[in-house]
Amino acid sequence: MIMSAYKIEVENLNAWYDYKHVLIDINMKIKERTVTAIMGPSGCGKTTLIRCLNRMHELVPKAKVSGKVIFNNLNIYDNNVDPTWIRRKIGMVFQKPNPFPMMSIYDNVAFGPKIHGIKKRSILDKIVKQSLEMAGLWEEVKDDLQKPASALSGGQQQRLCIARALALEPEVILMDEPTSHLDPISATKIEMLIRKLAENYTVVIVTHNMQQAARISDYVAFLYMGRLVEYGPTKEVFERPKNELTERYITGKIS
Amino acid sequence: MNELYSKFRSLKDKIMHILVYLALIIALIPLFSILFEVFIRGISAINLDFFIKPTPAVGEIGGGVANAIQGTLITIGLASIIGVPIGIITGIFLSEYSENKLYTIIRLLNELLNGMPSIVIGLFAYVLIATVVGFSVMAASFALALIMIPIVSITTEEALKLVPASIREAAIALGTSRWKTVIFVALRITKKAIITGILQAIARIAGESAPILVTMGYWKWWFAGLDRPVANLALDIFLFAKSPFENWIVLAWGSALILIIIILSINIVARIIMKERY
Repeated sequence: MIMSAYKIEVENLNAWYDYKHVLIDINMKIKERTVTAIMGPSGCGKTTLIRCLNRMHELVPKAKVSGKVIFNNLNIYDNNVDPTWIRRKIGMVFQKPNPFPMMSIYDNVAFGPKIHGIKKRSILDKIVKQSLEMAGLWEEVKDDLQKPASALSGGQQQRLCIARALALEPEVILMDEPTSHLDPISATKIEMLIRKLAENYTVVIVTHNMQQAARISDYVAFLYMGRLVEYGPTKEVFERPKNELTERYITGKIS
Repeated sequence: MNELYSKFRSLKDKIMHILVYLALIIALIPLFSILFEVFIRGISAINLDFFIKPTPAVGEIGGGVANAIQGTLITIGLASIIGVPIGIITGIFLSEYSENKLYTIIRLLNELLNGMPSIVIGLFAYVLIATVVGFSVMAASFALALIMIPIVSITTEEALKLVPASIREAAIALGTSRWKTVIFVALRITKKAIITGILQAIARIAGESAPILVTMGYWKWWFAGLDRPVANLALDIFLFAKSPFENWIVLAWGSALILIIIILSINIVARIIMKERY
């Protein structure tokens, strides 16, 4: 079998909430170690699309999916695929920072590895340190690892959530508007972090913010009313959009 | 005119305030007079013998309720061992598995049990256990466990429902299975609320007398096995108080004081646990 150059291939993906058809025939191929931004107006299906990529969509009652999402040559919707395995390999960071309350910073990061069977303290220590370093939080919290995660600022909490996802050594990181609840300085830190993460990981990020998409992504997808209107290298899409809808969105005529 | 109206309003406000405080005092009078009476009469019964000696024979001087304290602790302990795990599991089921076919039935049974008079629960335990093994700790603890289950399960269910969906999603997105999310995230976050529920259930059964009466009856000796009866503080109060013996009546007041102190301390501990959160 020839390994594809793409990390994720979405083929004819359709998604529903009950009878509401929210994603219609999505086809897109996502390259390894790139940042792909998904943008579009509210309610266009951006979040649903990334939630389909790690099988989080199906957790909503009455939600349905059809089509394929091929990850490392494996269709994640095949019957014999364990969704918990997929979610380990394809991590997710949410819109609002959601560290586990009543748990320390250390326990938050160590949670994933512990759940998946790593018990040795020395290994966990190493994972926690590496993950926090990668998330650019280590220097700020190294002396406070036992403090509750809720004591951190919003921006720090979001980086903690990124560290928590990284602790499982995923291959893909999905981010759902990770900066929308943060102040501009914290948001910039996360954006720089995303660029750095793309050296080792494939990042797919949903964003409301076109400037952000232009700053951090290599590829951009424009979604409108559940359809993928345009998808290509960021520069091309922003400078020479092929579709009239994309152009209207970029120039602020639809939002 | 305007000034007069404003004066009238502030007068009305004052009168309402006075009425509210008056109502509060009226409501508190019986409570405090009970506590006062029990304290004054009970304190005279309390000495070292009270805690280390068993029930005195009729006509005997002194003695204590050590056997009843022992019996109450054993009965409550056994009831908790049975009732708490079942209550927690029921609470988890009601909160997390509402799509299950059994959900409606279990929810209904749980609510029914919660509203059931304790004497009826006692009779049920009597028929089921006391008629087979006889009046015993087992039968009494079983009855008390049935009283505990809905209290524990309702607190557990309500606490788990307050765990935000975003926190559950965080765990699931890390590849955590559903039951591990419940145990390692949801229960961990709600631990304190659940412990408070357990303590409240214990405080509730510590004062139960009706189910004890029908399942175990009165027993004035020490613990002699789970298939035998054992003494009980709440029941002692009932029996001692209506006896004609001066010494027993004094012990009844002492027992009442101890029981109130036990229940009050459990409630205070529960409140402290609830407040301590980060």
